[in-house]
Amino acid sequence: MATDYATLKKGGFMRQKQKDNFSLRLAVVGGTLTAENLKKIAEVAEKYGDGHVHLTSRQGVEIPFIKLNDIDEVKDSLAEGGCKPGVCGPRVRTVTACQGSEICPSGNINTYDIALKLNDRYFGRELPHKFKFGVTGCQNNCLKAEENDVGIKGAIKMKWEAGNCINCGLCAKVCREGAITIEDGQVNVDFDKCNYCGRCVKSCPTDAWEQQPAYWVSFGGTFGNSISKGTELLPLITDEDQLFRVTDAAINFFEENAKQGERFKFTIDRVGVERLKEVLEAAYKG
Amino acid sequence: MADLGFTVDDKVDITDVVCPVTFVKTKVALEELDDGQILQVHLNGGEPVQNVPRSVKDEGHKILKLIENDDETYELFVQKVGD
Repeated sequence: MATDYATLKKGGFMRQKQKDNFSLRLAVVGGTLTAENLKKIAEVAEKYGDGHVHLTSRQGVEIPFIKLNDIDEVKDSLAEGGCKPGVCGPRVRTVTACQGSEICPSGNINTYDIALKLNDRYFGRELPHKFKFGVTGCQNNCLKAEENDVGIKGAIKMKWEAGNCINCGLCAKVCREGAITIEDGQVNVDFDKCNYCGRCVKSCPTDAWEQQPAYWVSFGGTFGNSISKGTELLPLITDEDQLFRVTDAAINFFEENAKQGERFKFTIDRVGVERLKEVLEAAYKG
Repeated sequence: MADLGFTVDDKVDITDVVCPVTFVKTKVALEELDDGQILQVHLNGGEPVQNVPRSVKDEGHKILKLIENDDETYELFVQKVGD
């Protein structure tokens, strides 16, 4: 029987140069694996591979040198350790994320939680071409949001609270946009200049800010044969429902408008960014 | 220095060290104090002033004041919370 490479690829088995050998890609969300996952991965790499794994550029794990005949056994074995095969090909790929606000002092949003929710919503969904989501916690952009078809970047919507303020002036000092001025003990924020990076809130030694997580979203990033940075097309997104309405709208727009084998960026260019903006703005408003 | 409205119990200079020792040195100095006592920290502008006050707050201590000197250094006043 001929080998069904398309099905194998969908299940994360990447054909290697070496005949009948596959590099097995695992499903990883937000770069997070448990110790149990890692033990099982090590075991499978030793037993069925050649004893090494490859860490992919998008936070995934691949176990190379898996033999065609062992594939079912390998899948069962991995499942015991809570690991599942990932995907390749024209569908929603691994959702990547930095450590976010649960771990990183700079993080504005819970990136892992958002990545899990995106993963539940879209992972593996069949589309005209590959589709990548990335979630970065703040404007340091460790996760490079704009490389993705849809990139999410953490921000903070904030309001100064006079009560706790000791007038140390740090917020004005750390602001890179020159948006904060202090006059007679009053902290004023020029929201035309503010980019909601959250540095004022993070640096404040007395928590004198009311704050809520928010999101900048970029669309149409691609960093393969053609290189293009995703662009922000919407104002600041201030709640999670709004965020997912927008991501739904973006992925549906891609599904409805893209030609087979066309990345989001080129669909946007061909159909027109204004058409995408209309759809996104409607979703933004709800 | 102008009247601060409180008395400083101890001082530490962290301008001679870099992150993360800046915070460690401050933490060690705070450990020597009793609950409610006040530590004055002499620190550099830039990264130390952006991070040390916040880290000290995150440890549960109270930031009373931060004063900028003329030479791009700062004086941070921290009240110890807990033993």
